[in-house]
Amino acid sequence: MVLTQGFSYALRRLLQAVPTVLVIVAMNFLLLQLAPGDAADVLAGEAGSATPEFMAQLRLKFGLDQPLGVQLLLYMKQIVSFDLGYSFRHDMPVAQLILARLGPTLLLMLTVFLLSVLAGALLGSLAARNLNRWQDNMISILTVLAYATPVFWAGLMLIVTFSIKLGWFPTSGMQQVAAFHEGWARWRDIAHHLVLPALTLTMFYLALYTRLMRASVLEQFSMDYVVTARAKGLTEQQIARRHVMRNALMPVVTMAGVQAGALLGGAVVVETVFAWPGLGLLAYESLFARDLNLLLGIFFVSTCLVVLVNLLVDLAYSMLDPRIERR
Amino acid sequence: MNNGISRFIRHKPAVIGLILLMLVILAAALAGVLAPADPFALVGKPFQPPFGEHVLGTDMLGRDLAAGVLYGARTTLLVGLVATTIATLVGVAIGGLAGYFGGRLDSLLMRFTELFQTIPFFLFAILLVAVLGASIRSVIFAIAVVSWPPMARLVRGEFMAMRNREFVQACVAMGMGHLRIIFVHILPNTLSSIIVTGSLMVATAILIESGLSFLGLSDANTMSWGFIIGSGRTVLRTAWWICAMPGAAILMTVMAINLVGDGLNDALNPRLRSL
Repeated sequence: MVLTQGFSYALRRLLQAVPTVLVIVAMNFLLLQLAPGDAADVLAGEAGSATPEFMAQLRLKFGLDQPLGVQLLLYMKQIVSFDLGYSFRHDMPVAQLILARLGPTLLLMLTVFLLSVLAGALLGSLAARNLNRWQDNMISILTVLAYATPVFWAGLMLIVTFSIKLGWFPTSGMQQVAAFHEGWARWRDIAHHLVLPALTLTMFYLALYTRLMRASVLEQFSMDYVVTARAKGLTEQQIARRHVMRNALMPVVTMAGVQAGALLGGAVVVETVFAWPGLGLLAYESLFARDLNLLLGIFFVSTCLVVLVNLLVDLAYSMLDPRIERR
Repeated sequence: MNNGISRFIRHKPAVIGLILLMLVILAAALAGVLAPADPFALVGKPFQPPFGEHVLGTDMLGRDLAAGVLYGARTTLLVGLVATTIATLVGVAIGGLAGYFGGRLDSLLMRFTELFQTIPFFLFAILLVAVLGASIRSVIFAIAVVSWPPMARLVRGEFMAMRNREFVQACVAMGMGHLRIIFVHILPNTLSSIIVTGSLMVATAILIESGLSFLGLSDANTMSWGFIIGSGRTVLRTAWWICAMPGAAILMTVMAINLVGDGLNDALNPRLRSL
């Protein structure tokens, strides 16, 4: 019973996401129209790299001789069947190119997500439990600093300190190129490369979640149920651990879900700084190669990714708090 | 209002923020006096470390970094302020309409707003500048396009709450027109929240601008902090100061604005002091 309810909720939320994705496709189409040259020029990548026959074929395929509405429908059909075009710069279909780069980005995002939520919850509750004492002030100053630091600059400064001066971590990439590690050695190598990029991106979100968690814990401690718990003789430790933390964590998780899109945007910058071979670095490369179609493809896929993450967060949420489902 | 000013002054971080912000504004205003040289001019040997012949050193082409940082303050403040003003106007218009009229218009506008909140905003900004060409206008446009949704949501909430207050109901009962109710009675009462959110939006706009120009998406004719960092990163190993100085300037400016925004929040919305 509960399972089928959960399933129908999931299905309903999935259906709600469809218009969002369609509007994004339409927006991509609009951007294609705004770009200099016609859509075929953009889709073929740099001028001169495609033969005239191919261009004519492209124009026919996208119906560029037909009214704008028909063009939009053709474009949508193309995208929905996951045909994102061809990148001449990389000599590969765009969809395949993006799929190959998805893994590293997801690894980076997931690490940052877990680290920042966990550490943020910890620091935030530490600050709230020591309100206006030195721990709280210290954490406040650090969050104000971290919240104002541009992500790319933080990355560069970490490289200067920990890679160039101290030599503890590699400056760029995801694995040692010539080492050809296998199994555990390979994962250890990747983890070693992951430290600095993950730390860079975590700092910013850590600041955000710490502030949120602090406010949330303070709010929960003023609730009636805490008075009840005290009255029945629980220690402050027990109240904090069993009652307050669980409730206080909810807004942080919500915020983390909302931030998925921003996190992906931050990944673009961090991947560029550390040459982490994910979607962000691909976006940067396509920017330089003026491969607009590839950039549009990345934008489309990452938006779908965010829609999916929001969906998963909603589902996780409705499982944690069954009241939400029946609003 | 006097009360508000005294609350702001009692908030020490806000005063620190205000002083830092004044310094940045002063630097931008006096860039021409403090650094007579054009920021693009080659003034000496390349790769000079800071605190030598030039206060902040020179970059890999021999341009004076201090001049770059001073002139960069102009670009940053200009882009941040103009983009935020546009985003605020759009956000207030959309949020106000949705909150005041409610119903189907509200759900339509809010779906639209949610859509803009879903898309990865930095990638969208990159895409917009890439399509429209890297000029200061398209950078401002791109930042405005990605930053209005929080303002729209805030204004919608405020307008919805105001709509049901007695004094607004009284206006409706008197037969007052919608425009007059909105502009004379509701908007002035929501202004403090709009100012607080707007001031924090300037900080975000500056971060986006520096990120874009770091990636090379800035006007080639204007000096900006992100641009200096972006061009200096290739020589990070030998000349860390080229990246460090403008980055510190961004950090200081954004922090100053955030602190002032928090102070304004305490001063103007004393009931919302929890966060």
